[in-house]
Amino acid sequence: MLDKHAKLERNALAFVFAIIFVASIGGIVEIAPLFTIDETVEEVEDMRVYTPLEVAGRNIYIREGCYACHSQMIRTLQDEVERYGPYSLAVESQYDHPMLWGSKRTGPDLARVGEKFSDAWHVAHLINPRNVVPSSVMPSYAWLMRNTLKYEDMGLHLSALRKVGVPYSDEMIENAAQDTYGQARPGSERADAFVERYGEESNVSLFDGDPDRITEMDALVAYLQILGRLTDVAHQSSDSAQQTTSTGSGD
Amino acid sequence: MTKPERDPYTGLMTTGHEWNGIKELKTPIPRPVKFFLALTILVSVLFWVLFPTWPYGSGYTKGILNIDQRQLVAEDLSRSAALRASWEEKFSTTDLAALEADADAMTFVRSHGARLFKDNCAACHGTDAAGGPGFPSLVDDQWLWGGESETILETLKVGINTRHEDTRNAEMLAFGDQGLLDADQIRALTSYVVSLSRADELSEKSVAQLPQGKELFAENCASCHGETGKGLRDVGAPNLTDDYWIYGGDVDTIRATLRHGRKGVMPFWDQRLNEADLRLLTLYVRDIGAQTK
Repeated sequence: MLDKHAKLERNALAFVFAIIFVASIGGIVEIAPLFTIDETVEEVEDMRVYTPLEVAGRNIYIREGCYACHSQMIRTLQDEVERYGPYSLAVESQYDHPMLWGSKRTGPDLARVGEKFSDAWHVAHLINPRNVVPSSVMPSYAWLMRNTLKYEDMGLHLSALRKVGVPYSDEMIENAAQDTYGQARPGSERADAFVERYGEESNVSLFDGDPDRITEMDALVAYLQILGRLTDVAHQSSDSAQQTTSTGSGD
Repeated sequence: MTKPERDPYTGLMTTGHEWNGIKELKTPIPRPVKFFLALTILVSVLFWVLFPTWPYGSGYTKGILNIDQRQLVAEDLSRSAALRASWEEKFSTTDLAALEADADAMTFVRSHGARLFKDNCAACHGTDAAGGPGFPSLVDDQWLWGGESETILETLKVGINTRHEDTRNAEMLAFGDQGLLDADQIRALTSYVVSLSRADELSEKSVAQLPQGKELFAENCASCHGETGKGLRDVGAPNLTDDYWIYGGDVDTIRATLRHGRKGVMPFWDQRLNEADLRLLTLYVRDIGAQTK
């Protein structure tokens, strides 16, 4: 059989196909089954989608390269669970396209940072991290407060996400720009419409504290405040592992 | 292509390829390489048997060691919980006042509470708990809701202006933005509020506005801040007559507060920290306050 490869090497096209076949074995064995194995992604009922403002914030998170220093993935290790909270489940990044698990932590993990600090803290921290955390090495992102958010095209972002499996309704896509505004303007009519579409649990707030403009700061803070809060499944898991940290019971 | 021939110098055969007189030796792969290659294949077979490896349709082979990362971390966590159990039990059940009187307990609070504080609270309140603009100091003995241990514990649990169902709510209205007062009235009211704590800083023009300001204060502010401006802890309204300010007590900041309102948020912690940790933090905060005094 080994003699046959002399023949193969002389036939360019056959050789190309042979290489593609051999190189794909690893992927076929390692990745393809993840789509058929039932327990890869947990099934949860309370999974929410990112709102348009949060999607805009996520895009800023990607644009500014936050993932280069911050992970969003709490691993199944004791010290991580005790420091950050319940370990991340696959379903929590079900609607992340692309996922932002990251692979390096210059700063802390952000998978459970949602609601840990107030909006005002995030704004102060992003404007100059050293104003609130003197030892921080994070760069300043003060311009987010000066940049007006471009959100007229949020409907296009949402429909692109729907193409890859995020269950946005036609109504959500149609009203994406209005909802972006509504989420950052508590008390407005658009805010009421937004809550009706995205549920009581969603976060309506004057994120950057500036009532005059919707800024990029609004979007990024809205995104940071939703991290780890799209579903409660990681907290509810019947695993004693998850229970130990949230209730302190020593079982 | 020439015929394979034996190379006279190495004694090995050539491949039969020849390029401008250069012939290629058909040197066999060295034995150690072959050996380690075989070894890695053997080890991988061993791993297939021991660990989760091969996928099939809807599942995968679990391996005879039955290793599960989630199980492992659960065991690690319950081990560390067992180590904590002795003091967690004590801190979550003993009366807070009794713990404060217990010197051993307070020594523990000072070491362990400091770590909890740095992990969770220092981001806003600062490592020395002295706060900063917009984030209250915890060591000045000035409390919006009260400094008793039970009150602090409650604030830690439910937060202020959060989505927690029992949250404390406090909002300074945006008298300017909401059109409740016009610019003149806000100027007069600002002068009056400044006069409560730093009357010497007022200009003559401002002093002239004080009677109007006083009247506006009685109509708009006294319901929360009290008639004398000393605040009302039931609604989390701060004392305006002292020199402790969260956002600032100068004319510009007070005017901005009157115009745009304030709605400071303290996150709720009863879903992140357990009862023992929360009580430990309560004791820690009261302790550093007492030591700073």
